[in-house]
Amino acid sequence: MSEGAHLRQPEAGQPDASHKAILYLEGLNVSFDGFKAINDLTLYIDSGELRCIIGPNGAGKTTMMDIITGKTRPNSGQAWFGQTVDLLKLSEPEIANAGIGRKFQKPTVFESHSVAENLELAMHGNKSVWYSLRARLSGEQQALIDATLHTIGLTDHYHQQAGALSHGQKQWLEIGMLLVQKPHLLLVDEPVAGMTHQEMERTAELLTSLAGKHSVVVVEHDMDFVRSIANKVTVLHQGSVLAEGTMDDVQNDQRVIEVYLGE
Amino acid sequence: MFITRILQNDRGGQIMLAVLALVLVLVPVLNLLVPEGNFLHMPTYLVTLLGKYLTYALLAVAVDLVWGYLGILSLGHGAFFALGGYAMGMYLMRQIGDRGVYGNANLPDFMVFLNWKELPWFWQGFDMFWFAMLMVLLVPGLLAFVFGWLAFRSRVTGVYLSIITQALTYALLLAFFRNEMGFGGNNGLTDFKDILGFSLQSDNTRMTLFVLSGLALAGGYLLCRYIINSKLGRIVVAIRDAESRTRFVGYRVEHYKVWVFTVSAMLAGVAGALYVPQVGIINPGEFSPLNSIEIVIWVAIGGRATLYGAVLGAILVNYAKTVFTGLMPESWIFMLGALFVLVTLYLPQGLAGLVQQFQAKGWLQRRAAA
Ligand SMILES: Nc1ncnc2c1ncn2[C@@H]1O[C@H](COP(=O)(O)OP(=O)(O)OP(=O)(O)O)[C@@H](O)[C@H]1O
Ligand SMILES: [Mg+2]
Repeated sequence: MSEGAHLRQPEAGQPDASHKAILYLEGLNVSFDGFKAINDLTLYIDSGELRCIIGPNGAGKTTMMDIITGKTRPNSGQAWFGQTVDLLKLSEPEIANAGIGRKFQKPTVFESHSVAENLELAMHGNKSVWYSLRARLSGEQQALIDATLHTIGLTDHYHQQAGALSHGQKQWLEIGMLLVQKPHLLLVDEPVAGMTHQEMERTAELLTSLAGKHSVVVVEHDMDFVRSIANKVTVLHQGSVLAEGTMDDVQNDQRVIEVYLGE
Repeated sequence: MFITRILQNDRGGQIMLAVLALVLVLVPVLNLLVPEGNFLHMPTYLVTLLGKYLTYALLAVAVDLVWGYLGILSLGHGAFFALGGYAMGMYLMRQIGDRGVYGNANLPDFMVFLNWKELPWFWQGFDMFWFAMLMVLLVPGLLAFVFGWLAFRSRVTGVYLSIITQALTYALLLAFFRNEMGFGGNNGLTDFKDILGFSLQSDNTRMTLFVLSGLALAGGYLLCRYIINSKLGRIVVAIRDAESRTRFVGYRVEHYKVWVFTVSAMLAGVAGALYVPQVGIINPGEFSPLNSIEIVIWVAIGGRATLYGAVLGAILVNYAKTVFTGLMPESWIFMLGALFVLVTLYLPQGLAGLVQQFQAKGWLQRRAAA
C-alpha cells in the first residue's frame, strides 16, 4: 500500500475501494466436466458504477456471479472484493455479510413465508443463531420493511405468502430482499424477465438510483432495458470478455454482431 | 401471559394442551381417588401405558422439529431416545445398591457376573441423580452436536443424511450389544428398584412419572413452538424451503442445523429418560433402526410440521399397536406399513391436515349459509 494509506482506512464494514475498483476478477477459469464455462475472464467493476453484462445464452454470466458469491469455486484465477477481501477464501454467508447481494436469474424467494417475512429474513444485521432466537423487529427495521414494500410496490401484499405471488411480483420481492440486505455490491441476474413494460421502467429507475452509493452489476438480455440504464456494457462470450464500452460502441463492434447473428 | 403468547396462532396446540391438562388431572383422580372395584377406577398398568405414550409423543415432537421444520429426515432419533434412557437406567442401576442378586453394593449385577472388579470410569457419578439428569441432556446433545457438525459442515443432505443417521443408530445398536461396552450387553439394564428412594412399583411413583411425562411433553411442545415462532424458526423454515438462498442472504446454514438438531436430540433424550422407569428396562433393542423409522411414521401419520400432529400420531399409532399386537402380534408391522402408504397417498398432510380441511369446509358452509 502507498504511504499514508492508514489515513484512508475504510470504515468498518466497507470494502476497501481506495483504488477505484470494488471488484477484481482476474484470469478466472471454470470448467464443468471438461467444458470451459469461464475462460480466462478478467473484469473490473468500479466503485459506484452501474455495469451491464450481456452475452448469448451459455456465455457464462450466471457462472461468473456464482464465482463472486462463493457458489462455484474457480479452477484458477483471483477474485477480490475491494483491496482486502479475497472472495475465493470465503463461504457464501461470509460473502453476503461482507456486502455482496445477489438476485437470482430464476426468482427465488422463501415461498412459505409472507412477503414481509421475506424482507425480515433478508435484512442486514446480526445473523447468528442465538441472536435470532430472541430477535424482535425494531421500529427502525419495521420502517425499513414498510419503505421497501412501498418501493417495490408490494405494500398491499404485506401478509401474502410469497409463493402465491406472480412471477413479476417475485422479481420485485427479490429486488426488495436485495435492498434490505444493504449490500455495497449488487449482482442482479435478469431482473426484468416476466415484467411488463411499465414495471421494466420502474426497475430501470430503481437500479439507476442505486448506482453511485452502491455498485451494481446487471445481467440482462433485454437490449432496450440495457440501453436505458447502461453507461458501460461488457459483452461476455464463451466465458471471456469479448468487448467492453458504451452501448453504441458495443453494438457496432463487428465481433459482437457476429456472435449475436451467429446465434 | 407467556404461554398464551406462544400458542397465539396455534389452534391445534391449544386443543392438544387443554386435553393433556385434562388428562393429567383426570387420570390421578380415576386411579388414586376412585376405589378399586368401582367401574370408573383406572388400573395402574393403564396409567403407566399412557405415560409411555406421552414419552413417545415427546419423541415425535422432537422429530417433527427437525423433519417438519428444518427438513432433515432423521432416521436415527431412536438413538438419542435410547441414550437418554440408558443415562436414566444407569442411575436406576446404581440405586439398586446391595439389593442385587449378588448383593454387591459397588457393582451392578451384570458386572459382578462378568468378573469386573471395579466400576468403569464412565459409570462414575451416576449414583447421583442430578449428574444422571445432566447426562440425559448432555450425552444425546453432544452426540448430535458432533454428528451434526460433521455432517452439515460437509453439506450432506437428503437421502444420504437419512442413511447415515440410520448407520449411526445401527452402530450404537451393535456397540451396546457387546458385553465389554459395560452397559449390560444383550440384556440391557433392568430389575430397577426405586428412584430417589421411591419404589418404582408403588402407585404413587408411577402416577408421578406419568404426570412428569405429561409435563415434559407440554414443556417440550411449548419450547418447540417458541423456537418456531421466533425469527430463528423462520430462518429454519427458510433453510428447509431454499437452503442455498438462505446462505446467500448471510445465514450460516450449518450452525442453524446443528443447533436445532442438538435441541431435538436433547428432547428425545428427556423422553427416553422418562420412558425407562415406566417400562422398567432399557436394552440395545431401543437402538434398532426400525424404531427410528417408526417414529417418522408416527409423525407422517399425525401430520408433518404441525407439532400437535406429531403428538396425535404418536399416541394413536401406539394405541393401535397395543391393540393389534395383542390380537395378532405378527401382523402389526404390515399394518403399520400399509397405514403409512395409505397416509402418504391420500393424506399427505396427515391427520392434522384432515382436521384443517374439515375446518376449512365447515367455514365455507357457514359462509354459504349466511
Ligand atoms: N453446475 C454446472 N454444471 C455443468 N455445466 C454448467 C453448470 N453451470 C453452468 N454450466 C454450463 O456453463 C455454461 C455457462 O452457463 P451460465 O449459466 O453461466 O450461462 P449464462 O450466460 O448465464 O446463460 P443464460 O443467458 O442462459 O442465463 C452453460 O453452457 C451451462 O450449461
Ligand atoms: Mg444466466
